[in-house]
Amino acid sequence: MLSVSAVNRAFGDRQVLHDVSFTIAPGRMTGFVGVNGAGKTTTMRIILGVLAADSGTVTWHDRPLTRADRQAFGYMPEERGLYPKMRLREQLVYLGRLHGMSAADAGRSCDLLLDRLGLTERAGDLLDTLSLGNQQRAQIAAALVHEPSALVLDEPFSGLDPLAVDVIVAVLREQAARGVPVLFSSHQLDVLERLCDDVVIIDGGRIRAAGSRDELRRTHAGHRVELVVETDAGWLRDLPGVEIVDLDGARAVVELSGAADDQWVLRQALDREPVRVFRPVVPSLAEIFREVTR
Amino acid sequence: MSSTLARTAETRLWPAARLVAGREMRVKLRDKTFLFGTVFYLVFTLGSIVVPTLLGGGPDSVAVATRTDAGRAAADKLVDTGHEVRRVPDDAAAERLVRDGDVDAAVVGDGPDGVKVQAMREAPTDVVEALSVQPEVQLLDPDAIDPVLAALVPLAFALIFLLTTITFGVQIAQSITEEKQTRIVEILVAAVPVRALLVGKILANSLLALGQIVLTALVAVVGTQVAHATTLLTLIGPAIGWFVPFFVVGFVMLAALWAVAGALVSRIEDLASSAGPVQLLVMLPFFLVAFLSQNETALTVLSYVPFAAPTAMPVRLFLGQAQPWEPVLALVLLLATAVAFLLVGARLYEGSLLRTSGRTKLAVAWRHRAR
Repeated sequence: MLSVSAVNRAFGDRQVLHDVSFTIAPGRMTGFVGVNGAGKTTTMRIILGVLAADSGTVTWHDRPLTRADRQAFGYMPEERGLYPKMRLREQLVYLGRLHGMSAADAGRSCDLLLDRLGLTERAGDLLDTLSLGNQQRAQIAAALVHEPSALVLDEPFSGLDPLAVDVIVAVLREQAARGVPVLFSSHQLDVLERLCDDVVIIDGGRIRAAGSRDELRRTHAGHRVELVVETDAGWLRDLPGVEIVDLDGARAVVELSGAADDQWVLRQALDREPVRVFRPVVPSLAEIFREVTR
Repeated sequence: MSSTLARTAETRLWPAARLVAGREMRVKLRDKTFLFGTVFYLVFTLGSIVVPTLLGGGPDSVAVATRTDAGRAAADKLVDTGHEVRRVPDDAAAERLVRDGDVDAAVVGDGPDGVKVQAMREAPTDVVEALSVQPEVQLLDPDAIDPVLAALVPLAFALIFLLTTITFGVQIAQSITEEKQTRIVEILVAAVPVRALLVGKILANSLLALGQIVLTALVAVVGTQVAHATTLLTLIGPAIGWFVPFFVVGFVMLAALWAVAGALVSRIEDLASSAGPVQLLVMLPFFLVAFLSQNETALTVLSYVPFAAPTAMPVRLFLGQAQPWEPVLALVLLLATAVAFLLVGARLYEGSLLRTSGRTKLAVAWRHRAR
């Protein structure tokens, strides 16, 4: 369990993080959402110790994070880069060893990873001779080569072609399945929607929502209901406590408030005509995001 | 940071620094431009030792026929005057050695004084002088060292220091800027202590620079042997012996500055601007030592100034101007400066390493440490 507690950070007189707190659970993919400048990169850099927090703590298994813990983490910074004039395998082995692996272990792990990412034939190539797609895979490999105990990836999908996204999604899922907590930021909400188990939403340096994706959707579902009746749902307009969000012939989406309880609305509908669909509307992450950052 | 944490950080510094140094050296040793440059430099060094001595003739080698008493006496006299003497049993053998070009001259046994000097085309003045009876000479201003050497040796020391520190200093700066420019620095900093990067780079380039100096010294020894200029070696030997520790400490001191120059900028293209002041600190002492080597007072002052000491002190030792305790004191001063520069350099390096946009001001780097 990786926990960020009440972390504050300012650059000059600009406060970029306000009491940021959230946890990343082992074996789960946690999506870190926010617009550019919301504080995602600063938070990640503080977790990795690349940047210091002005106050607050980062703990790992309930004790303060040490350099040794961090050395075992995998990190993919927002600004990508490896040594352009170094051979791929040599470079990955070097990074593995910097993370504390023996030469033999780093070599073994590197070969497995290159195979997994389809880069085995490129092992001896200089990095700057690789295609862009392969360079992106190499960058992921650099974060994974030392079999990290936790993964922190800053915008891992930005600039990737769809094929590479699929490969990396699969690899990250494997890592999570190994029991590794995975934190990744993105502003591509559709990717997050299908990828993450947990979500942390940050806006203006403050955490606006954090928790499991499904729970968040439930709690933010409010009292919105979709209703499809036999002929025309226009009568819904006349019910007290019911606000029409969308009405299109037999189909309606309504927001319930005050006295209007969903079972009462359903009974009203059944009294009038057959009901084909009656279900709560679960908001998409994009909708939740818009709501909490408003 | 608690003491346990500090210890952990300490134990992790060296393994990481060794890895960084290893990579740094591998990259350099595979760089064809660097290898070609080194070979060229060594050949140049060898040439500059061998060619002048060959042109200057060096000590003559003489074959002496020791069949007569006069011949034996001549052989002893020639050995005493620093000639290379080959004793042969008879005149014919001596003459043959001259004709084959194995020796410069021969002394055979049938002249008016019991011996005769033979040579191919020119009269071997040195040999003739050694065997002649000469009036007593009193030098009113005896100069222990050949004035040509007295001018050339300081220049050579200063040039070697200049070339080597610039070659490997620039390498440190470039390698740091490259890591900033390619953005890999953030991955590195997340994995190892920032100081491990700095220590590794300084270590690697100091070793490479020392390697180059040792190779130069070897080439110089081989060169003097080839050119039969062993007297030159005995003259500059002690100076070389002191030059090595001065060089190492001086290089580490400058390396801290090169590292800061590299860390302040974000692109290789901008390196020239931040490295300028460091370059000046290397060039200025070079010219001062090279041109003021005849001025004893100036040289004495320079031999204690940390930037000039690595060349000025060995030069003073070579010229026989320094007391035995002087190089020790100058080395201690240099060492203290190097430690101070390393501490300041490390802080500036840490403060500017992660600022990957534009150029970092020194004051900003000093105040804002990376973490």
